[in-house]
Amino acid sequence: MEPYKKHESIAALMNRSNVDTDQIIAKQFLKKVERSGFGIHLFHDWRYNADGTDNLDFELNKPAFKGARILVVGDNFGCGSSREHAPWALADYGFNAIISTSYADIFFNNCFKNSILPLTVSKSQLDALMEEVSVNEGVRFVIDLENQQITTPAGNGFQFEIDSFRKENLLKGLDDIGLTLKHIDKIDQFEKENQQNFPWLWA
Amino acid sequence: MKKTMYEKIWDSHLVVDEPGQAPLLYVDRHLMHEVTSPQAFEGLRVANRKVRNPHSILATMDHCVPTKDRDRPIADPIARKQIETMAENCRENGLNLYDMKNPNNGVIHIVVPEHGFVHPGMVVVCGDSHTATHGAFGALAFGIGTSEVEHVMATQVLPQQKSKTMLVRVDGELSKFSSAKDIALAIIGEIGTAGGTGYVIEYAGGAVNALSIEGRMTLCNMAIEAGARAGLVAPDYKTYQYLKGREYVPSGNDWDKALAYWKTLSSDEEAQFDRVVTLDAAEIAPQVTWGTSPEQVVAVNGRVPAPEEFDDEIKRQACKSALAYMGLTSNSKITDIPIDLIFLGSCTNGRIEDFRIAAEVTKGKNVAKGVTAIAVPGSYHVKEQAEKEGLDKIFIGAGWEWRDPGCSMCLAMNGDELTVGQRSASTSNRNFEGRQGKGGRTHLVSPAMAAAAAVAGHFVDIRNL
Ligand code: SF4
Repeated sequence: MEPYKKHESIAALMNRSNVDTDQIIAKQFLKKVERSGFGIHLFHDWRYNADGTDNLDFELNKPAFKGARILVVGDNFGCGSSREHAPWALADYGFNAIISTSYADIFFNNCFKNSILPLTVSKSQLDALMEEVSVNEGVRFVIDLENQQITTPAGNGFQFEIDSFRKENLLKGLDDIGLTLKHIDKIDQFEKENQQNFPWLWA
Repeated sequence: MKKTMYEKIWDSHLVVDEPGQAPLLYVDRHLMHEVTSPQAFEGLRVANRKVRNPHSILATMDHCVPTKDRDRPIADPIARKQIETMAENCRENGLNLYDMKNPNNGVIHIVVPEHGFVHPGMVVVCGDSHTATHGAFGALAFGIGTSEVEHVMATQVLPQQKSKTMLVRVDGELSKFSSAKDIALAIIGEIGTAGGTGYVIEYAGGAVNALSIEGRMTLCNMAIEAGARAGLVAPDYKTYQYLKGREYVPSGNDWDKALAYWKTLSSDEEAQFDRVVTLDAAEIAPQVTWGTSPEQVVAVNGRVPAPEEFDDEIKRQACKSALAYMGLTSNSKITDIPIDLIFLGSCTNGRIEDFRIAAEVTKGKNVAKGVTAIAVPGSYHVKEQAEKEGLDKIFIGAGWEWRDPGCSMCLAMNGDELTVGQRSASTSNRNFEGRQGKGGRTHLVSPAMAAAAAVAGHFVDIRNL
């Protein structure tokens, strides 16, 4: 993975809560065996009209949000299915940061595997950011992971919380599997004991 | 220290627990299907890594498979490629796969218990959120993403954050018209779809103990719909009885040893939970969802709510947009909602018990005019058993379609789907917008409620039948 760098980007606003992963990437696009190319299908049913043209009422189709890398969205984002196709689609579309009050567990984990920073903020912080985007569509926020700081033109910025282990991995772009394999001795040892205690699982 | 069942399983599976890094948890069983695994195998290949422990894996094909005309090639070339890729990946890595033609084939969370592949006290993962189903056996079972699927294949462990614990106690006696599905929906109605976020739920209480293993699977299956990482039920004599003699379950001396271990797993009596929720089973009526989230649910004798009934602005908005999508009017009676299609199946309600209950309601009656009713057994074994009991004849005689197993209309990836505006009564687990087909409108119900709706052409309060 690429190291996660400080960036200044357009923040797009979707004032919806409980957006599920079926909406983020619909099932008809899950048949591919590759990881790439899901961006054009992001939010398909909301984003496109029946004839395939853009639905101009959909938030992300607003010209001001073109090129947005930050998604500001309501509570419990990414609930439902475990499909990692959801963060693949978000990342492929261009998003690398999400700001919300809460996320579903599996989706939250999946984001970190794909260099997407899911920021968890308080209700009042979210309200302020949503307000700022809605009165100034196309506004750019700065996200500085190193210093855990978000900065906005109207001064609604703040320090955010993030697990230090996850932060390090994102900043360095570390491969999780490689990190785990450093503990291979302990895994071997665990399995040896497991074979003694539960031999029937290893028959 | 007194421990909950979750904490016992967690502690016994910790491989690495060092400051400054996520704890590594050992994985005993890894379940797999065709949709969330191909990119993981590809990742292994690219990194030149191998599957560490092939015998910890059991794989099936379920999401994309057709439920009729199985002998014909799959029409959709992309789905066909996914199926072929799965077969190839399993062959290459020496994994046990129940492919489409295998007599053991079916929906992953149905076939795994049929073979006794999951035991109490195990850690079980799958690239699928309904892995929670296996908590019915007292196993810590949860869904993971595809990167994590790759991680587990390569290392047999997973970096995990410890969850909080929630006890959901359902005391009292459930009416014979309500089922595990109604308990599951009532709980979600109570705590909301984000109510369980960050938690592992343990279900307990008289009404949970009284459930069959199949019922407990239905209950745990929907833990994810409450936002929880996993659901758990303490193993008891029913669990042991269910497991005994199945393919992957030890026998003889090993059975005795396993049993002795399983009996140590339940939560200690004074163990502390971070949150406790209690429900009275006697008050749980048959449930029907009216909206586009499983928490938008009412009793069958209730009415479609109005946005003003919600205090919370977000819930008001959600109600408004759900009503628009679902084509429903506030205050109309649930029993007045006409239904176009009935789907009986899925990993929530695709087990033999579900077909028995639905057949009992169907017996001697006919599917209402203009209604399509589809019965999709969760596995070939469920199908076989149902046919042995003559249930297929009851369904077919009443005008139902009797299909081959698969996920089918639970997520509508295989071509079985609703058309725009079509309304279903479905025994599956998600009523999200478009879940059963773009523009399709889904109401989640129990098998008995689905079967009764098939006969009437609208919802009926089965307590009055
Ligand atoms: S039946 Fe539905 S919920 Fe269950 S595994 Fe299949 S698609 Fe997922």
